[in-house]
Amino acid sequence: MSELSARGYANPDVLTSTDWVAEHLNDPSIRIIESNEDPLLYGTGHIPGAVEVDWVRDLNDPLRRDYLDRAGFEALMSRIGVTPEMTVVFYGDKNNWWATYAFWVFQLFGHTKAKIMDGGRLKWEKEGRPMTREIPSYPPTRYIAQERDDRRIRAFRDQVLEHVQAGLPLVDVRSPAEYTGERLHMEQYPNEGALRGGHIPGAKNVPWATAINPEDGTFKPAAELRAIYQEEQGLKPDDDVIVYCRIGERSSHTWFVLKYLLGFENVRNYDGSWTEWGNLVGVPIER
Amino acid sequence: MTSLDGYPPSLEKILREFSQITDRYERAELLISYAGQFKGVPDEIASRPYPEEHRVPYCESEAYVWAVLQPDRTLKLYFAVENPQGVSAMAMAAILDRTLSGLPPERIAAVSPEIVLKIFGQDISMGKGQGLMGMVSMVQKIARQLSTVQPLQRGQYLAGGDYL
Repeated sequence: MSELSARGYANPDVLTSTDWVAEHLNDPSIRIIESNEDPLLYGTGHIPGAVEVDWVRDLNDPLRRDYLDRAGFEALMSRIGVTPEMTVVFYGDKNNWWATYAFWVFQLFGHTKAKIMDGGRLKWEKEGRPMTREIPSYPPTRYIAQERDDRRIRAFRDQVLEHVQAGLPLVDVRSPAEYTGERLHMEQYPNEGALRGGHIPGAKNVPWATAINPEDGTFKPAAELRAIYQEEQGLKPDDDVIVYCRIGERSSHTWFVLKYLLGFENVRNYDGSWTEWGNLVGVPIER
Repeated sequence: MTSLDGYPPSLEKILREFSQITDRYERAELLISYAGQFKGVPDEIASRPYPEEHRVPYCESEAYVWAVLQPDRTLKLYFAVENPQGVSAMAMAAILDRTLSGLPPERIAAVSPEIVLKIFGQDISMGKGQGLMGMVSMVQKIARQLSTVQPLQRGQYLAGGDYL
């Protein structure tokens, strides 16, 4: 049994180890994708053969607050040389924060052959594995995507309001200071335009990085995750859960943990998050 | 490119360089090359733990700024970036030092944080953009403070109240 399988996750196949990635660097059925917060980090060195997907330039609509559409996703996949049959393996900085965000966006288009490299960039670097500054070039592919399907894993504000009114569970993955309204943003991060502080009524506060071993960026074993989300917070795998943060990036990490590592069936990420809810007129807020 | 007129010449030159870039990897390469020129604040100017009043608000890379007024009433800028993966902050610090050190404080105080968008591109994320603009704003603020200060006999004054 592999080390990842031994951790007891509901879907262990959605994670890969750094060893596995090192063994598949030249596997043509695999595309390794780095997604970081700092757009310059990839250029300073990355896993050999890895392409970059930038959350702002590649995943967001340049005009509207929304994600790329089907044509945009097809163009992205063509540019990075991915076919529908290929497996994409995401990794990145900040405990795979942005890697899970990219993973989540890819799932909106149904590219289910996707994995996260456990530990991300931090673990790969700590293990002294090879890095290169060479930008790989792959022949463009013809990728036919399905229409973006927001229904299963994405929540919008009206749905969140109905969710609150129905008394269903939400998880606020921001810092405790943001949750209580003491801060309108993460410490040392800018206030991205929220007029009110606090949290969506009924939301439980579990900061996203609670799921991570900070020394190497790996996910905690299932038993520890269950203790955090199920025993301490009372969430159940068959609950209908909405997660949120400030713009939906940190919460994509918790979405990944609940859905894949703990096997929750119905988890949606509210990407409007606090920058939308904290500005909406008339919606309920708790502090 | 009249929109770049009015900047200090060395900054204008760099802004023109970036204005001609359309490829994201080319822009990243140039920024990384500047980041490679970054030199942290020397111990004789500041040592850890760095004082909070020198910390750049909203910068997730934990950047700090100092300025020293020289006998000729120009400023020498110093930066620290505590996040070793804060490549963007290092690039910004190197560019600010390279283009603004050696200018009088009034000239430095007139440089707008908007240069971040000209250097990093309009599609920079809001969070990253505000953090980097915070660095320029901090430089502006210190330069304004020092614009009214006369150099000491020994020739140096540190923003934030520390004399050398």
